Amino acid sequence: MTILVYINSSNHLAKSALEAVTYAKKIGGLITVVATGSVDEATLATLGEYGAEKVLVDRNVSTEDSQQVARLVAKAAETTGAELIIFSHDLVAKAVAPRLSVRLKAGLISGAVDVPNTSNGFVVKVNVFSGKAFGFVAVNSAKKIISLLPNSFQPEKTGSVCTVEAFDSESGSSTIKIIETKTPEGEIPLSEAELVVSAGRGLKGPENWGIVEDLAKALGAATACSRPVADIGWRPHHEHVGQTGIAIRPNLYIAVGISGAIQHLAGVNGSKVIVVINTDPEAPFFKAADYGVVGDAFEVLPKLTEAVKKFRSAAH
Amino acid sequence: MKILVCISKSPDTTSKIAFTDGNKQFDENGVQYIVTPYDEWYALVRGLELKETLGGNLTIITVGNATDEAIIRKALAIGADDAVRIDADPKDAYFTAMQIAEYAKSNDFDLILTGKETINYNGSQVAGMIAEALDLPFVSLATKLAINGTTARMEQEIAGGIQVVEANLPLVVSCAKGMAEQRIPNMRGIMAARTKPLTVVAPAAVEDLTTYVEYKLPAAKSAVKMIDPNNMDELVALLHNEAKVI
Repeated sequence: MTILVYINSSNHLAKSALEAVTYAKKIGGLITVVATGSVDEATLATLGEYGAEKVLVDRNVSTEDSQQVARLVAKAAETTGAELIIFSHDLVAKAVAPRLSVRLKAGLISGAVDVPNTSNGFVVKVNVFSGKAFGFVAVNSAKKIISLLPNSFQPEKTGSVCTVEAFDSESGSSTIKIIETKTPEGEIPLSEAELVVSAGRGLKGPENWGIVEDLAKALGAATACSRPVADIGWRPHHEHVGQTGIAIRPNLYIAVGISGAIQHLAGVNGSKVIVVINTDPEAPFFKAADYGVVGDAFEVLPKLTEAVKKFRSAAH
Repeated sequence: MKILVCISKSPDTTSKIAFTDGNKQFDENGVQYIVTPYDEWYALVRGLELKETLGGNLTIITVGNATDEAIIRKALAIGADDAVRIDADPKDAYFTAMQIAEYAKSNDFDLILTGKETINYNGSQVAGMIAEALDLPFVSLATKLAINGTTARMEQEIAGGIQVVEANLPLVVSCAKGMAEQRIPNMRGIMAARTKPLTVVAPAAVEDLTTYVEYKLPAAKSAVKMIDPNNMDELVALLHNEAKVI
């Protein structure tokens, strides 16, 4: 199968981009990557290690303009003869993949969690009902698009660096004008984090977040929070995970002082392992947890941080 | 200012998720349908706020059968001026988007708003598909939207932050948390909704690009393992040796 993978990394190759190329490699075939963003050529060439044969890059296309990016990916699909186009299901893909589906009349699978089953047609497993069920979706069209849910496959190196070519898609000028970009420096973006420490109202006030940050730092984890905490301004909105905030699927999710309302679970139930720390043994979150600690966060967290530090220093 | 707000139904968040007909159909038995919260709280209410300050008309549109009129009346009670129902089963996002685009083509809307995604299929596909079918710019997951003349200024979520962007009308925007506050319809709105115009439109012919062939519930989670709060070394050891996540 001829496969095209779209990536949009801005300053380094996001793990989700490596996952998407690895996923294409698992499906098998001739893999071309088409890229926007500012990652340099030497770094893009390392996508070959994950299975790409070639990387096409168009520096004139603005990642923020879904119209331009859709034109670029369509042109690259035409040039390479791609039958399958793969995205990582991130914020850019959510804008671009639907446009491309209409442009190419290609069936789009959003939120795929497994490789296609081709024993009877082309059927892909996806997350539906906010993570409460799986759906199996058949694509009926000749051209197909899959948007892969992050953290479903781990990147695997199988080859060596590949060539990178400039690609002029003649995608016109951007109709979206960027006025300002606000991204906090030096934090691990939640969408990329493998380990996440999250806290809720049980922390009693924003001044108490130090113990959460200490644990996150000891683990090398990102910090997150529940909706009420973001709503009352204890924590920034980009940390809010749950149904109305962002959905994450880290390897480890540690929830501190969060009761586990169904709307919160919808944003985190894709996590591989869930640890719940709560004073209330009846908190509904324990039912969704793998490990539970009934105890006061102000006593438990410093002990857990010490235990993590001890473990980390013994491991080195 | 002509605004079109796309709404869809979703099962109430607390609905039990089950499947029937050999796991081929969602079991609607006992399921309460609501207007998808993102469509209602963010797209519809922000659309109404803009209409109230700038003047104009706000139309809601849904693709669904006659039983969906309850969610249409709810949206009219909140304040929409009129409604359109495309009389068809919304088979997939492509089918739904093409129906809405077909209607929008001949009606010159300045602004088309949707919620960020449904809470059943979570595809986040319809808005982008409408934008492409109409060849319009599209801003996804906007958390703020202001209109100044023919220019829209928005804030949108990007990886780990927020970005402020501008685009010209006409425009398609999908709306996320931050846009507006939920409005509860009052008795006057509910009464008025009964007589507001609802147009039923026959669907256009659209091919099925995708088909749901089966559903499955995830494997039951094994019972939670409780750890002594005074023994965090044990928790760390379990996370390393058993769960293998650190």
